[in-house]
Amino acid sequence: MKSRKNPEKNSDKKSTSRRDFLKKGLLAGAGTVIGGSIVGSFNAFAESGDTLKVLGPDGKVMAVDKSHLKEIGARTEEQMQQAGREGIPGKKWVMVIDLSKCQNARMCMAACQHAHVLKPEQHHINVLQMDHGGDTAPYFMPKPCQHCDDPPCTKVCPVDATFIRQDGIVLIDNERCIGCRFCIAACPYSARVFNWSDPKDKEKYEGVEYNIELNVPQKKGTISKCLFSADRLREGKLPYCVSACPNGVYWFGDQNEDAVTNGTSKETVKFSELIKENAGYTLMPELGTHPSVYYLPEKNRTVPFKFEGKTTLDKEEHNS
Amino acid sequence: MDKENTNENKKSLNQIVTDLTKPLKKHYGFRTWILFLIGIIMLGLFAYVIQLQKGLGVTAMRDYVSWGLYIASFIFFVATALIGMLISSVLGLIGYKWITPIARIAEMIAVGFALWAGLVIIFDMGRPDRFWHLFAYGRVQSPIVWDVTVVMTYVAISILLYLLPLIPDMPFLKKVMTDQPKWKQKMYHILSFGWVGSEGQYKLIKKLIRVLAVLIIPVALAIHTVTSWLFAMTPRVGWASTIFGPYYVTGAFVTGGAAVVIAMFIFSRDFRLRNYITDFHFDKMGKLMVLLMLVYLYFNLNEFIIPGYQQQRGEDHHIYALFQGQFALMFWLVQIGGMIIPIILLLFKKMRKPLPSLIIGIAVLIGAFFKRYIITIPTLMHPHLPIQNVPADFHTYWPTAFEWSITGMAIAGAVLVITILAKLFPIMPIWEIAHEEGITNEEMNEFTGNN
Repeated sequence: MKSRKNPEKNSDKKSTSRRDFLKKGLLAGAGTVIGGSIVGSFNAFAESGDTLKVLGPDGKVMAVDKSHLKEIGARTEEQMQQAGREGIPGKKWVMVIDLSKCQNARMCMAACQHAHVLKPEQHHINVLQMDHGGDTAPYFMPKPCQHCDDPPCTKVCPVDATFIRQDGIVLIDNERCIGCRFCIAACPYSARVFNWSDPKDKEKYEGVEYNIELNVPQKKGTISKCLFSADRLREGKLPYCVSACPNGVYWFGDQNEDAVTNGTSKETVKFSELIKENAGYTLMPELGTHPSVYYLPEKNRTVPFKFEGKTTLDKEEHNS
Repeated sequence: MDKENTNENKKSLNQIVTDLTKPLKKHYGFRTWILFLIGIIMLGLFAYVIQLQKGLGVTAMRDYVSWGLYIASFIFFVATALIGMLISSVLGLIGYKWITPIARIAEMIAVGFALWAGLVIIFDMGRPDRFWHLFAYGRVQSPIVWDVTVVMTYVAISILLYLLPLIPDMPFLKKVMTDQPKWKQKMYHILSFGWVGSEGQYKLIKKLIRVLAVLIIPVALAIHTVTSWLFAMTPRVGWASTIFGPYYVTGAFVTGGAAVVIAMFIFSRDFRLRNYITDFHFDKMGKLMVLLMLVYLYFNLNEFIIPGYQQQRGEDHHIYALFQGQFALMFWLVQIGGMIIPIILLLFKKMRKPLPSLIIGIAVLIGAFFKRYIITIPTLMHPHLPIQNVPADFHTYWPTAFEWSITGMAIAGAVLVITILAKLFPIMPIWEIAHEEGITNEEMNEFTGNN
């Protein structure tokens, strides 16, 4: 409807579809087809002579003239919304957190807060000091959103602002959220945060197009939560927290491929074997939420437990 | 003999109309009362404007205790509104006659509190500007959508149940309120919907009221059951309870019953209607309260004794906080002062007199308010995983001045609605009282000139 009124936007859409086509053709589409007819049809363009090597889906390396490449540019908010709600087809993201490795370095928390422009007290991922009392020593447990397959939070959302995508990621659309906080009440893992006042760096992000896969810019009066770094996954990268960890705590990957990659060592292993051999488990399985985050037990605990830090933020550390 | 009787009846009809319409005309202190209420509302409005600008950060709510006084007030408002259904509908349908002079009061309370319940929930929203999303993107799977639907339905039926029995009163008002401003007379004329007092009309209106009285029962049960489900549907200690529906509904009757007792006292004194709301009515309400509170006590026993006995992991912290810990003082004050002592006191006839009833009613109502606080807040303080790496104020909750002011506005607003209704229309149905006095329809028509 809008595009009919706005010719500029119309042409934009046309070029977008061509770009999309190119993108699909070059990166994910049928390489042989490109090699054959399509690239052939582009020969009408003046060739620069400079060629670029691209990898076709059948593994063949192909050369494409640089003049055929067009800058894709930033996606529109609408496109980001649509793609963000759909998710990445064929994937089922899964995270494994090896508790025996966590030294409470908190690099994951810092990277996450930086990426999502969060205040110090807002945690998409929170490293908790778990203490079950008795004779066992405490241990550190990084806790992102569990990205449940049956999330209690999306169930209760009255406006479909929080939802689960086909790749198993639970996202929040802060353009849709009405701020009722029912999802906070419903989440047994305390994974959600709320923008009680103006978000961090509000002025800096004024007018920036909303990226649903990054949940930036944050908005006052709406929910924010861990997104499994959906924006990074789209680029084929590991999540912010996973790549920031210096201690090899995180494994991340696609359950459909049964492969997870360690964020520190970049080693890739079989997900099912990693879980089986190390007695992996999920948090509160009795709630029937079926998390996508698995934990490996907290073996090799330091006894006696030593931690000089604190678990409550001081006044000067937050600005709420 | 017959003629004498007729004369007497006429006099009594005259008396009824005068008694019930007098407070609508001159009323000492009315202005001051309205100004007082408007003052509270203005203060709350001011607080709300600041909350809109700065965000919900002006409240004491944070990421863990993310529902606070507003949600507690919301349950309280819905609870209070439920009494309209119990008194004017259930007791009326059963055929109790003593409710005639208080049924409309109960309905006024229902309308006032149900209307403001809808507003209170908006005060709690982070983005009230997106309220329309509920209609544009509403998900039928969400209890909030159920709640919005039934609250609106309840408000609509309550208003109808208030307006319909007003219709036969309108000719009386048209007759005696001739010294009142034009707009009022016009309003009475419009709201009479062409009432002439024929047998057919009486038959029709009684049938209509009956249909609505039946309809409102499932709706009223639904609104409070769904309100309880907002909590019970979440996997949280202290909320995930299968008896939450009836626990809320029975608690609601106690709350609304107390509100009716207080309103009965104020109206009978201030409107000089002691001959209509008599000790007999207070006695009946007192007995009703005992019954309602005993049922509620039974649900309380189930709600607290079972987890208290089991001491499951997670539940134990919650129960400890209520029984002995942080919330113990409020918990026991509410349970003993707002329920157990009132039950015992109201067993005695002397305590069911107007003044003791009023005092007990106030205690029960305040207890009921803080009971909702106890239901909402402690659970949120005991999540499954520890609260860490957040500022100290994330661990605690006590409402800020903003929250109290805005809640105060809501209470004053509901009372204002009741006050305005009481000032515009008689607080008792003239025609039903007249019927009970044995006055016939013809005599009423003769009085109003509707022959």
